[in-house]
Amino acid sequence: MALLEVDDLSVTFARRGQRTVHAVDGVSFSVDTGEVVGLVGESGCGKSVTSLAIMGLLPKQPGLRVGGKAVFDGNDLLQLDDRSRRDIRGRDVAMIFQDPLSSLNPVIPIGLQVTEVLARHRGMKGEAAAKEAADLLDRVGIPDPRRRLKEYPHQLSGGMRQRALIAMAVACQPRLLIADEPTTALDVTIQAQILELLKDLVRDSGTALVMITHDLGVVAGMCDTINVLYAGRVVETATRRPLFRQPRHPYTEGLLGSVPRLDAGRGERLNPIPGSVRDLLPWPDGCAFAPRCARRVDACVGEPPELVLTHDARSYRCVNPVPVPGLTPEADARATAPTTTEPGAVPAQAEPADPPAVPGSGPAPREEETP
Amino acid sequence: MSDNDILVEVRDLKVHFPIRRGVLFDRTVGHVKAVDGVDLSIPRGKTYGLVGESGCGKSTLGRALLQLTPPTSGEVKFDGVELTTLPAGKLRATRRRMQMIFQDPMSSLDPRQNVESILTEGLQAHGIGANRDDRRRIIGETLDAVGLPKWALSRYPHEFSGGQRQRIGIARALVLGPELIVADEPVSALDVSIQAQVVNLLDELQDSLGLTYLVIAHDLAVVRHISDVVGVMYLGALVEEAPSDRLYTEPLHPYTRALMSAVPVPDPDVEDRRERILLAGDLPSPANPPSGCRFHTRCPWAQPTRCADERPELRQIGASRVACHWAEQIAAGELRPHEVTAKVTRPEDEGEEPGVVSAPSEPGSYV
Amino acid sequence: MTITGGKKREKIDRLAELSAREDEQGVSLWKEAFRRLRRNPAAIVGVVILAIFVLVAVIGPFLVPYSPTDSIGIREGLVKSGQGIIPGASADHWLGFDHQGRDEFSRLVVGARQTLLVGVVSTLIGLAVGALIGGVAGAAAGLGGRWGRWIDTTLMRFIDMLLAMPSLLLAVSIAALLGASLTTVMIAVGVVSVPIFARLLRGSMIAQANSDYVLAATSLGVKKSKIALTHVVPNSIAPVIVQATLTLATAIIEAAALSFLGLGNPDSAIPEWGVMLADAQPYLGIRPGLAIYPALGIIITALGFTLLGEAMREALDPKLRK
Ligand SMILES: Nc1ncnc2c1ncn2[C@@H]1O[C@H](COP(=O)(O)OP(=O)(O)OP(=O)(O)O)[C@@H](O)[C@H]1O
Ligand SMILES: Nc1ncnc2c1ncn2[C@@H]1O[C@H](COP(=O)(O)OP(=O)(O)OP(=O)(O)O)[C@@H](O)[C@H]1O
Ligand code: SF4
Ligand code: SF4
Ligand SMILES: [Mg+2]
Ligand SMILES: [Mg+2]
Repeated sequence: MALLEVDDLSVTFARRGQRTVHAVDGVSFSVDTGEVVGLVGESGCGKSVTSLAIMGLLPKQPGLRVGGKAVFDGNDLLQLDDRSRRDIRGRDVAMIFQDPLSSLNPVIPIGLQVTEVLARHRGMKGEAAAKEAADLLDRVGIPDPRRRLKEYPHQLSGGMRQRALIAMAVACQPRLLIADEPTTALDVTIQAQILELLKDLVRDSGTALVMITHDLGVVAGMCDTINVLYAGRVVETATRRPLFRQPRHPYTEGLLGSVPRLDAGRGERLNPIPGSVRDLLPWPDGCAFAPRCARRVDACVGEPPELVLTHDARSYRCVNPVPVPGLTPEADARATAPTTTEPGAVPAQAEPADPPAVPGSGPAPREEETP
Repeated sequence: MSDNDILVEVRDLKVHFPIRRGVLFDRTVGHVKAVDGVDLSIPRGKTYGLVGESGCGKSTLGRALLQLTPPTSGEVKFDGVELTTLPAGKLRATRRRMQMIFQDPMSSLDPRQNVESILTEGLQAHGIGANRDDRRRIIGETLDAVGLPKWALSRYPHEFSGGQRQRIGIARALVLGPELIVADEPVSALDVSIQAQVVNLLDELQDSLGLTYLVIAHDLAVVRHISDVVGVMYLGALVEEAPSDRLYTEPLHPYTRALMSAVPVPDPDVEDRRERILLAGDLPSPANPPSGCRFHTRCPWAQPTRCADERPELRQIGASRVACHWAEQIAAGELRPHEVTAKVTRPEDEGEEPGVVSAPSEPGSYV
Repeated sequence: MTITGGKKREKIDRLAELSAREDEQGVSLWKEAFRRLRRNPAAIVGVVILAIFVLVAVIGPFLVPYSPTDSIGIREGLVKSGQGIIPGASADHWLGFDHQGRDEFSRLVVGARQTLLVGVVSTLIGLAVGALIGGVAGAAAGLGGRWGRWIDTTLMRFIDMLLAMPSLLLAVSIAALLGASLTTVMIAVGVVSVPIFARLLRGSMIAQANSDYVLAATSLGVKKSKIALTHVVPNSIAPVIVQATLTLATAIIEAAALSFLGLGNPDSAIPEWGVMLADAQPYLGIRPGLAIYPALGIIITALGFTLLGEAMREALDPKLRK
């Protein structure tokens, strides 16, 4: 059983007089203990809403509907009442946001905000809490932590604020950390510091990390498993190397072809995906990516493409995937997942190309929705 | 066209913004040295890329080059004409030949203008096109060039997607038939898949129209992709300038090395193999830059002599220009990097004391 | 593939061509805002309230059954306020009489006109003076330079002083200076709203002047004066219009308060809701309705302006646009 198992999560916002927004439209993924899982996708594909739904932090507005399951350690987070959810939040599951300034209270010193967390979830008080808070700040690389504790968020630089936020998030040694674009607002050299810090924290404490980002470079550097989202659904899941070496879903391939690379020469044309994320087909009518897809065939339309599990523990949602070089399409189709087997019974696996961080636990057989 | 046909030449350009404080009437208490002595030249038909972290003065340099922000001192020669001393009327006429593309496609378009009126504004200002039909023809051609449909003309900016809006911004710059385009972060507000479309468009336009670009961006990969020469800025000054391939294969300045190693590459193999040079601490405030080499507070190669008290000049080393006293020794491996402890950097313009928040005299704070 | 598949594919091809609505005209910002306004129930409620109010104020006085100044009740001997006899609603007099035996309903209807007049005129005074000061300060700040900054700072310090004074105190001082009359009330209430409009217009002008599209126009080579007229001013006006709507609500309340304090029209023969409220005070115990009717009128119209103003703010907010 994975630490977090998100199954068919859906979030819709219905507003009077406006079209209903299917912000998240059947997202499934799982996170193992100590694993770093990436959620990648372009703006508006539902990354933030997914994480907020898991944390129970979505704005309580009329017309909000959350469906599916998010099982953390045996409890469905979506079914918990507010109190037990608040207990889990911060203690077992913590979150880091993109904008550190707006997630810190501007009128309370950093130190008090950290000790508050310690008092709430670990029952620490007074000098002990202050010492622990200083240790935490030190651990996340804030110089002169004792003095920083008395300072207010606006007195810290963007990078330091993000560090303070991370310190608060890891204060209770949560088992799962969700980071929603933690470095998007920061400069590259600061981003490198923060990513390194997160990697160290995860490695040292065995915390599982869900890394939400639109930057393929960031996931390439730190994620074990990557889920690519498009229009509110996971369209491809794979471990790191296979995903970047052989993307199977045309969208993943398109994304990789769109990014200019530091190590490519001047004048090499990029291969952008035509159109924009606005041009999408509603999932019930077929593949949402169809209007922009170069590999589109007739079968893409009419009903949503089913999730295909392949032999190398990856899955994609596409009827005409990018072929693997050296594998004829027919052979590939035969190698394709046994759609009738029991969920979880993934057939004998090839040597995992990219072993996950935790030794001993192979790529977890995951309960995908049976196609 | 020879290689040394220089279109833009910038000499010792400085832009200092006064910092004003005061209860009743403002007084100047210091200067933000946003751009502090930059020399560069851009050959006709080439692309000069400018990279650097937030607040290092890239945008200010671009604007000062176009005389949108008056420079404090220095020279800007455009096609042999000195712009800083040009009378206002002549300068306005010259603007036809140099245009700008902005970062935020939404805020750089007046929400009340439709596309036709956005594109006509410049034509009217310069009296281009004999009549309405003539202007429509020019506009139609420009729309084709940037890949926007004809029906866009009667639409308003908010009816387009981000990528399309950026195309409108590009069309607005192109419609006057400029020679130089300063593109300030042209793709950083766009989605990954749209970024590539716009980057390709800029490339194609350069090929077909022979444009000269100054591309400003914080994304090294983008800049490297579209530039012939890249200049790296740190705290208002160039620290290294090199042909774009060379900058990646042989970065000479310590800051460039750190920057290069910090950029994530979407390739796990590269990511795992790469050696990271992690810089300690944050960017110092440009209002109070460090003495000597401005990078010495964070530089892993900083030496006890010269670094802290002597400001390095840009020196020619091979095909690059580098502002570091020890560039050769570092390249040869004679000097080794060392651990740097982070120092605290204050965010700019913040009161020292908590709770001392100045009265809302900043523009926009009460709208 | 089946025929339906082919049809679906066509549909997608059309989608892929980005948009199929070629014939449609663009929707300008104002049209779009208006569309969203129409969909907002709060705006509709506000508009309905205001429509009724304006209708009553404009044509009501021609249709009232009795003269609002005619002490009918006393003449007919029905009202003896000295002895505490003020009859309430009846078939002839729908809301009864006031303390001087005048038909309350007629007074209420005619009072609506006075109230609207005070509200509109005082807001216009505030808007005109405030916009003038704010516009000059904004333009001076936009032009910059030593003089520009000096003019801007001076004007704004003056405005800050006005803003620092409690508005009722300011209004009372003005009224004391000019003597009690309806004009005084309108000027006093108008002056109170001057700093709001001035700061608002200046602020949004400076924000617009620093915006990227003004920079873009400058880099196109458009003249400064033309930029000010085509970009800066038109884009600064939206928040001012919203504020004017909201100010109408406070103006009506403030005017009523001043009248209530006796700074309004000393001749209570001309009905005005604030005056009526003041007049009703001694008779609260006998006929609370005399206070309740004008108070309700004030509250409901103020609510109407506030609802509409807030809805307009929302509709014009660029952040909420899709
Ligand atoms: N409170 C809300 N009400 C209505 N729609 C919403 C709400 N919050 C989010 N959405 C919509 O849900 C979709 C997904 O939003 P989400 O913030 O998850 O995107 P994202 O993947 O995090 O994008 P980004 O990279 O821009 O952060 C978007 O289309 C957004 O407009
Ligand atoms: N009009 C101004 N008045 C005062 N200071 C300014 C002004 N414009 C810019 N600055 C300051 O000058 C410095 C350089 O700003 P600039 O916008 O050029 O940086 P940048 O390199 O473009 O950064 P970014 O990547 O964030 O756009 C910053 O510290 C900024 O605060
Ligand atoms: S299902 Fe069809 S349209 Fe969708 S990604 Fe695959 S090939 Fe493209
Ligand atoms: S001059 Fe000194 S401090 Fe500056 S970059 Fe070179 S080695 Fe580092
Ligand atoms: Mg998000
Ligand atoms: Mg900039």
